[in-house]
Amino acid sequence: MTQTIIVVGAGHAGGQAVATLRQKGFDGRIIMIGDEPYVPYERPPLSKAVLAGELEVERTFLKKEAWYPEKQIDFRPNTLVTSFDRRAKTVTTSHGENLAYDKLLLATGTRVRKLQAPGAKLENIFYLRDIDDTLSIRKQMKPGANVVIVGGGYIGLEVAAVAVKLGCHVTVLEGLDRVMSRVVAPEVSEFYDKVHTDAGVIIKTGMAVTGFEGQGKVERVTCADDSSFPADLVVIGVGVIPNVELAAEGDLAVDNGIVVDEFCQTSDENIWAVGDCTNHPNALLGRRLRLESVQNAVDQAKTAANAMCGELKEYAEIPWFWSDQYDLKLQIVGLSEPGDEVVIRGNPADRKFSAIYLRHGKFVAINAINMIKDFMAAKKLIAEGKHLDPVKAADAEVALKDM
Amino acid sequence: MAKILITNREGEQSEIEGEIGISVMENLRDNDYELEAICGGQCSCATCHIYIDESWMEKVGPRNDEENELLEELECVQPGSRLSCQIEFTEELDGLVLTIAPDE
Ligand SMILES: Cc1cc2nc3c(=O)[nH]c(=O)nc-3n(C[C@H](O)[C@H](O)[C@H](O)COP(=O)(O)OP(=O)(O)OC[C@H]3O[C@@H](n4cnc5c(N)ncnc54)[C@H](O)[C@@H]3O)c2cc1C
Ligand code: FES
Repeated sequence: MTQTIIVVGAGHAGGQAVATLRQKGFDGRIIMIGDEPYVPYERPPLSKAVLAGELEVERTFLKKEAWYPEKQIDFRPNTLVTSFDRRAKTVTTSHGENLAYDKLLLATGTRVRKLQAPGAKLENIFYLRDIDDTLSIRKQMKPGANVVIVGGGYIGLEVAAVAVKLGCHVTVLEGLDRVMSRVVAPEVSEFYDKVHTDAGVIIKTGMAVTGFEGQGKVERVTCADDSSFPADLVVIGVGVIPNVELAAEGDLAVDNGIVVDEFCQTSDENIWAVGDCTNHPNALLGRRLRLESVQNAVDQAKTAANAMCGELKEYAEIPWFWSDQYDLKLQIVGLSEPGDEVVIRGNPADRKFSAIYLRHGKFVAINAINMIKDFMAAKKLIAEGKHLDPVKAADAEVALKDM
Repeated sequence: MAKILITNREGEQSEIEGEIGISVMENLRDNDYELEAICGGQCSCATCHIYIDESWMEKVGPRNDEENELLEELECVQPGSRLSCQIEFTEELDGLVLTIAPDE
């Protein structure tokens, strides 16, 4: 009998999973259901090249629209899965359909965290998660416009870099005492703060946004210290929340993400979950975690697709990530933690340096800024659990791979 | 339309009609070749590695600096190594012969 696999969520992980299933020769039915109007696409360019107007939207599509019917993938855009029933093995959609599955894959990703401040629903206040968000923001980013960005994470800073290049007056309001504090060391935050300031962006840290004012459209952002900032456009980037409600209501184990094993299988043997929405184990890191990255979405999607075809290959990769701002290529490998020893290689003033993170001497993470060779070498060394001498590691004249 | 001749990771040869004006990586991806291209063409990941056939190396031209740094650190780098996202497919490349490099 023909098997049916239903994929919930047509994002990066869902898109990769259906491609791998067909590549593996799975010839049963595949139904992919997504609530967005587009075929699966890449989100990273949304805060970079697409926002800058340098890349057309269609070029972010993982596969062209025609690919799905060609591969007999029943893709249903603009459709929300509202519930599933583990016992009956069916999903219910917002169009009122009940669809039967043999195997189910949840790839529901995350959604933006919304600010609950007064005035947060005024016009021209945006979040950035999907193509339509980017196109709306882009339309308002006219030269001379006052752009206020709430949140100095990598997405907020990427938007700031694009906006200032387009001739906007840009202010970034960060709640903590430094930008990108979740992912980089203070030395790296300080560097990015200076780069943005030199480019004309005003960066304010330790700012608690209390509300938004304006007649219909936003005109001002107000803060707890009574300061206020004129705004024609506000972009809020204060993190995301995993979409786990569907899984929880379907009676799957959920704990800051849908709980899966090393093969991306959930607590139900016919259901897998992949991407930003999963809480998964990683043997290389020795713990469970939830990640928001393309690498994780792609690698988990492959793991689950393989497992659904009966091929068990454990998922264990050192996480890696990138962010482009101005002429700076930031590449991150591994996960640093407060308390790690930080070694700076090279000189930030040259716009070319790395921050190396050592935990009891063991190389655990790197932030490489225009240091492509360090990034490539680090991927191998961190996976091997290499120990580094901090004095030697600081010498940028010696290649990392030779240490 | 112009052609690209491709040898995949299994050593099988095939031919596609390439789309002009997009990268070689996008052409491979759209035609379902196994190639990760995780960063989507940002020259940040080196997972779109291909080998250009010797006879085409001159026409395709040299690597750019960032690309070169990424490639040099790979284990299976060869003289014909390129990152396919860094090559725009043009009419001049009609008949391009390439091989998809192993996954590292
Ligand atoms: C602006 C921006 C920049 C980024 N930059 C980078 C970067 O430089 N590098 C990097 O590695 N990562 C980056 N990321 C993160 C990366 O895009 C995500 O990690 C990746 O998209 C995760 O893929 P996913 O499939 O798990 O989730 P998503 O891509 O979020 O896909 C989930 C999909 O499921 C849909 N969905 C959810 N629930 C349902 C339901 N019940 N029914 C139907 N559909 C549903 C959602 O609407 C969505 O379309 C960026 C993200 C953003 C927003
Ligand atoms: S796709 Fe990442 S370097 Fe080419």
